[in-house]
Amino acid sequence: MSDPILVSTIPDFHILYPENVHQDERPGYTGFIVQSPFLLEFAKAIRDDWGYDFLTSVTAVDFFPETFEVVYHLFRSLGGGVLTFKVVLPRENPKIDSLYNIFPGSELQEREVYDMYGIVFVNHPDLRRILLWEGFAGWPLRKDWKEAYFEEESKPFSSRWPNGEAVRSESANPFHANLKYPPGFDPEKWIPDGEDALYMGLKQPENSDGMNTDYMIVNLGPQHPSTHGVFRMAALVDGETVVDLKPVVGYLHRNHEKIGERNTYLQNMPFTDRIDYINAMSNNFGYALAVEKLMGIKPPERAEYIRVIMAELSRIQSHFMVTGFLLNDLGAFFTPALYALKERELILDIFEEVSGSRMMCNYFRFGGLARDLPEGVLKKIHDLAFNRLPRKIDEMDELLTENEIVTARCKGIGILSAERAIALSAVGPILRASGVPYDIRRADPYSIYDRFDFDVIVRYHGDIYDRYLVRIEEMRESARILQQAIKQIPEGPIFEGKSQYQVKVPPGESYGRVEGPRGELGFYVVSNGQPNPVRYHIRAPSFINLTGLQEMCRNEKIADAVAILGSIDIVLGEVDR
Amino acid sequence: MVNEGLNKPGVDIPEEMQNQVAITTLDRIYNWSRSKSLWPMMFGLACCAIEMMITASSRFDFSRFGMEVMRPSPRQADVMLVSGTVTKKMIPQIVRLYNQMPEPRYVLAMGACASGGGPFKEGYNVVSGVDKFIPVDIYVPGCPPTPQALLHGLITLTKKIETEKLSEAEWYRKDFEEEIPVPILGPDLIDPRNFERIKQVSREQLEAKVLDESISTEDTL
Repeated sequence: MSDPILVSTIPDFHILYPENVHQDERPGYTGFIVQSPFLLEFAKAIRDDWGYDFLTSVTAVDFFPETFEVVYHLFRSLGGGVLTFKVVLPRENPKIDSLYNIFPGSELQEREVYDMYGIVFVNHPDLRRILLWEGFAGWPLRKDWKEAYFEEESKPFSSRWPNGEAVRSESANPFHANLKYPPGFDPEKWIPDGEDALYMGLKQPENSDGMNTDYMIVNLGPQHPSTHGVFRMAALVDGETVVDLKPVVGYLHRNHEKIGERNTYLQNMPFTDRIDYINAMSNNFGYALAVEKLMGIKPPERAEYIRVIMAELSRIQSHFMVTGFLLNDLGAFFTPALYALKERELILDIFEEVSGSRMMCNYFRFGGLARDLPEGVLKKIHDLAFNRLPRKIDEMDELLTENEIVTARCKGIGILSAERAIALSAVGPILRASGVPYDIRRADPYSIYDRFDFDVIVRYHGDIYDRYLVRIEEMRESARILQQAIKQIPEGPIFEGKSQYQVKVPPGESYGRVEGPRGELGFYVVSNGQPNPVRYHIRAPSFINLTGLQEMCRNEKIADAVAILGSIDIVLGEVDR
Repeated sequence: MVNEGLNKPGVDIPEEMQNQVAITTLDRIYNWSRSKSLWPMMFGLACCAIEMMITASSRFDFSRFGMEVMRPSPRQADVMLVSGTVTKKMIPQIVRLYNQMPEPRYVLAMGACASGGGPFKEGYNVVSGVDKFIPVDIYVPGCPPTPQALLHGLITLTKKIETEKLSEAEWYRKDFEEEIPVPILGPDLIDPRNFERIKQVSREQLEAKVLDESISTEDTL
């Protein structure tokens, strides 16, 4: 018998390409360092020859005052661990080749890196600022860029109460507001950068039918009832048909990453709640995993089980909500959403009981949990998992799946093929509805997911209807996991070691990822041994899923664009961060 | 049932007519009818918007207080729930929406972020409270406020409305300024009301910088 191919082993690229690829030998770091001119060739080789076909995250780290590093994370869509490689760039005039032609999924992420660090991606099709606006002064995530309310490099700040009095950030600022202009700036001479670049980027097709039709630009959002918050789409339409469409994001850019670099590790935990505010538990999970990986600790058994229970409850309530609001977008205003929110409330009650807050749970700690389950909660979860939730999922299924309007509006709309889904870095239910059975809980198991018996749900049409079906089926699978976890949960401690405010994190990097309701939620944390992370990056699934929006919406009706957006399931807190 | 909110106290209505006749003042009937049918604008910003939707849904159900109609259009709404973090990129749109609302209009700042920046206050893209630009009537604390807290805030707003007087209402005054100038996105957010101050401070900063540089070049010489 020949040797089995292990998908989880990473080839020795530094031996294969000794000239251009080196192993990252700093203590605590993994992966490879690729020479900048070799990047395109290397990316092509790992995609075509080594099966690393899924570019999951592109980000950068500022090692002030030396260099920038652009960090890439990839995996195989067949399963296995993450491959990390980096390209080192000088701080003066940083330039790097865009991977857009090899991995189109890098489009929005490269724009984000450009926006935050000013790193120019050569041959990127549409390199504009994405989270901030054109004309914003400075590159905010560079370490030498200071925000208007800057106090100190890192928290905890030396004193909040000098001389016994509170100091407001406003009083230190000359404008008494969060404002900072370049010296010598004259507002009267300022000409705002319009949005021509955005509108010029919308491509008109070749005139093929001989008819001279006029195209029109339609803006949906940022205040629009169907955009799930402050999302905006600029669509070029021909009659009612979408010819081209671009997402415009950043209206809720709350600077998680800059604030996260000032915070201590533990202070970041409540901020993770607010990234994807519909399911705080999964975010806690991902961040805890990333930091625990760096610290080299593992939570006790009972804590692992409670974590899984909370993450699965969170997935169920999130999928309920999405299904309800997808129907909102289809025109069934609020009634299906009311059904969904009713069940969600029951789960939020459990969250409130265990963590003290309905939505912002802040429940996980490095090496365990904040507190054990209160008395009686396990019984409630038991009732939900064995009785109420399966019943209600069936009810939802019965009411909606065969519904004539749902099928008419959803079947065959917004199609994304399996190849394109992988190329565009789509994750979660979008990827699985396109026929790629990729679920991190199975492909690269974390925590104790390898102990549970559940199916990875796959559908093959890649349309809105299949995404909806995947979510319904996933709720059933989550209920199955819950049932097993409740049966197996042991007694014992819920925290490893002594709980402390300031955790010691050894230098190094780690990428922790979980399968959240919206797909792969990753946290990339770089530490230098100080109490604050050097880099705290969030790989947001719904932000990267938006890369495919343009392709899904082309040649659909403008009304369907709303439904397609609903099926992607974006949460703006996560898109804009 | 006698409507306490509507009837002017101190006026005796014969018992047999109590359900058919009300004696009231113009202020009272005006405030009573407005406070009992507030139409919030359907407009969510961030996490708080989820709690706002929960407040609208069946468990908490703010239509009990006459607010069942949420309108996505500012032209048809009279209370704006600023539900979430106000960012610099979003504030021009928020001011524009506020300008488009017909008077009388009210603003409820929901949660820590909308009231004063909240946990994200130090962020470079965050406005420290929506009241830096538009007048706020009610602040609801919390991160996010529970639906009960939001309901309490809305009830407080109705109470505030009941104390208003037509003769003193600012939107009937001659000098009432309807429009709030829309902020501009420059190198940072520019408030058109602040042009002079910005000019002055950045000129001083430039002078200080030039002075700094001349000192440092003298040092090196």
